Amino acid sequence: MTTEPPANPDLLARFPDLHPPLDHPSALTEADRCLYCFDAPCTAACPTHIDVPRFIKKIAQGNLRGSALTILDANILGASCSRVCPVDVLCEGACVYHRYNKQPIEIGRLQRFAMDRFLQNGASLPKKSAGTKPGRVACIGAGPASLSCATELRQQGFSVTVFEQKPLPGGLNTYGVAEYKLRSADSLREVEMIRSLGVEFRFGEEITASMLARLEKQFDAIFLGVGLGAMHKLGIADEGHAGVTNALDFIARYKTGHNLTVGRHVVVIGAGNTAIDAARAARRLGAEFVQILYRRDKKHIAAFSFEYDQAREEGVEFRWWTQPVAIHFSADRSAIQSIECAAIKLSADGTLDRVPGSEFRIACDTLIPAIGQSPLLAFLETLRGVKVEHGRVQIDRVTGQTGNPKYFAGGDCVNGGREVVDAVADGKRSALAIIRILEAAHD
Amino acid sequence: MIEKNIAPDLSVLFAGKIHSPNPFWLASAPPTNCGDQVMRAFDAGWGGAVWKTLGDPIVNVSSRYSSVDWNGQRMMGLNNIELITDRPLETNLREIADVKKRYPKHALIASLMVESKREAWHKIVQQSEDAGADGLELNFGCPHGMSERGMGSAVGQVPEYAEMITSWVKEKARTPVLVKLTPNITDIRTVARAAKRGGADGLSAINTINSITGIDLDTFTPRPNVDGKSSHGGYCGPAVKPIALNMVEQVQSDPDAALPLSGIGGISDWRDAVEFILLGCSTVQVCTAVMHYGYRIIEEMTDGLANWMTEKGFSKISDFEGKSLSRVQEWKHLNLNYKIVARIHEEKCIGCQLCYTACWDGAHQCIHMDRGGQAAYAAAGHIGAHATPAMREAQSREVVAVTPIPKLDHAAQGNGGEPYSTPLARIPRVDESECVGCNLCYLVCPVPGCITMEQIDLGLPSQSWEQRTASAANPPISSPIKGRNCD
Repeated sequence: MTTEPPANPDLLARFPDLHPPLDHPSALTEADRCLYCFDAPCTAACPTHIDVPRFIKKIAQGNLRGSALTILDANILGASCSRVCPVDVLCEGACVYHRYNKQPIEIGRLQRFAMDRFLQNGASLPKKSAGTKPGRVACIGAGPASLSCATELRQQGFSVTVFEQKPLPGGLNTYGVAEYKLRSADSLREVEMIRSLGVEFRFGEEITASMLARLEKQFDAIFLGVGLGAMHKLGIADEGHAGVTNALDFIARYKTGHNLTVGRHVVVIGAGNTAIDAARAARRLGAEFVQILYRRDKKHIAAFSFEYDQAREEGVEFRWWTQPVAIHFSADRSAIQSIECAAIKLSADGTLDRVPGSEFRIACDTLIPAIGQSPLLAFLETLRGVKVEHGRVQIDRVTGQTGNPKYFAGGDCVNGGREVVDAVADGKRSALAIIRILEAAHD
Repeated sequence: MIEKNIAPDLSVLFAGKIHSPNPFWLASAPPTNCGDQVMRAFDAGWGGAVWKTLGDPIVNVSSRYSSVDWNGQRMMGLNNIELITDRPLETNLREIADVKKRYPKHALIASLMVESKREAWHKIVQQSEDAGADGLELNFGCPHGMSERGMGSAVGQVPEYAEMITSWVKEKARTPVLVKLTPNITDIRTVARAAKRGGADGLSAINTINSITGIDLDTFTPRPNVDGKSSHGGYCGPAVKPIALNMVEQVQSDPDAALPLSGIGGISDWRDAVEFILLGCSTVQVCTAVMHYGYRIIEEMTDGLANWMTEKGFSKISDFEGKSLSRVQEWKHLNLNYKIVARIHEEKCIGCQLCYTACWDGAHQCIHMDRGGQAAYAAAGHIGAHATPAMREAQSREVVAVTPIPKLDHAAQGNGGEPYSTPLARIPRVDESECVGCNLCYLVCPVPGCITMEQIDLGLPSQSWEQRTASAANPPISSPIKGRNCD
């Protein structure tokens, strides 16, 4: 299908696994530690409700294929989730061992162990349903939400076509996750497993209102897994300069091997998980000074606290109550020289105000804005009956159905930007709802 | 009470004649195969050793051992198909003499097994004692290989043979004679009584238990694999301790069988040893734990025993020998009016719910998950009034869970006013009126002290089943407790 970016030894060296894989003896030892809780909190905490004690028990019992299929039955992106999930606030955060000997089971690494073996052994998924059932579904976007929705539908015998604007599938798993968490090649390998079920993919498809109108005629249901739109602009002059690269583009360029260079002085604006991914990547790509500027302080950052801690360990500096106000260039304007910043203070009424006369400059040759993605408002608002509020598609939480009964939605376009595992859960819930409707219609 | 700073005396005098600096002996097995090994063991601190069984030369096979691992732990049980010594008798006798000369204060016992002929037994007894053995252990227990040739457990399973051979040995022996009993028999007391009738001065129990430890699921050959075939072996190690303790108790509670006893069977640490002594053993014998970890484990054994004795105020081993025997009774003598119930200590509960599923599926459905704030609590009846575990689990899977992201959720921090670190909804509740006090929840709970079994005073005098059924005022009823029992 799609061509994978070539394995880049330099990239592999600079981005070793954040959580290295478990070897077999370590996996067995860890699996044996699991208490096999009943109605386990780890399973409840997982948005896809992977039966964690069961897959761990199967590792302990030498049933590795069974373990992987237990994971995949709940979450078709079990391999990428095992690497990118913020397990500290999900399964591992819920482990009862926090209240006993303080060492939670390493669920993420055990899941990766089971999934790695499964993928190494050919990744053959069992068929859940014999034959093809009447019913065609279009999934818009080839990110985690659509992949999950498409898989469930296809496994139950329905025809699914995934439409994607970009040349590669996987969404942020392929383009946007820090390389030390998940490699693009691993994301693509996972998608290949889904494609092998018979899910059809169309790439380079511009998603427009007229295209959707066409699809409405050809398909019985449409799942919107479109994610979010472009990254927010800083709103300062000269943002279009070549020395300014938003965090997602920056990450996508190095992940796909297109650009592994970075300046000496990197400034990242924003303190979410993506900002931290970009800042850490800049360090690994060779930047000597990487600073994160945030207009509030640590208490308010959107990044998980473990992400913050890891960034600090990697040498990323944080400047609180600081906002960029201007970019200064070299005489010929070919390169950024510094960023002019202003101090910010919280006023009594809760607004953030620039402190007059507080301006100062910090050396910078690469500026990376990372202040969030804007919703795909313009596109979504053209859909008849699909309600959008505060930039999020409104759905029924259990079925994923939008105000237009033919449209379902899930993932970042619904939740404003959460985790891969949330998108997978959304996609699967929508698929199950679509299946109920299709089966009722064709009974 | 003794002074806490005086070390207790660990030495024992077995059967009135065999001196040993402590009650820990190496059992007749690979760790006592040769003089060099026994001397290294004595250097490490072992009090005695029973030499690997002497007899007519044999040939062994390879492989010889297989084991049962459990939950990541190796050798919970060990199985062997090795026979008696494969070294020339003269070599063993020469080394016994050498060891005894160098270690005169240690106990050195010769284990013996020869064909069932009076002259053969007389001869080996003479040779062993001439070499300097402090005592003789008659191997009537080996369950594999030798038994096919009419020796070992083939003798130990027939009381008449055991008595006859014991008496032959006693005709010749000047040192104490111990008979090693096989557990592979319906009632171990029958052979113990026979040994006593035959004049034995002591007993050793138990020998290994007939076993097949497992089968290779790729080759279909049981373990240990000898060229694609296997044979049943003798099972030992921690797994057999409860069986051994029961047999030791049976023998020592029977006046026709009881003799000075050297306890054997899965003894791995000082606590195991204390248990055997509490049931009437004077010494204990160890094999598997040494095969697993080496002679060095003796330091923890003697140290642990000495510290425990000091703590309990025992100055010598005989102070507690047999102390628990009177506390083992027939079921009919147990007090039916003794009632305990499970209490869950919420502050220690980690919310694993193992007690809940165990009680529902393996016991009496008295532990419930209904503390989530519903009023069901008050209305609780027995099973029908409660959701089943499967229903509870299905409910959890229906919940739409999302990754908590503070910025998106504006979530309140803290534990939401929960009284304990575990959410109340995950802490099980015991219905004490239905609890039968079976202990299962307490056994499965991973947190020490989280579930305790508490006595409930029924205000009734102690009454056993025997007393109840003997009393005219209380005719027998079909079942003593609420019409439910756990067969």
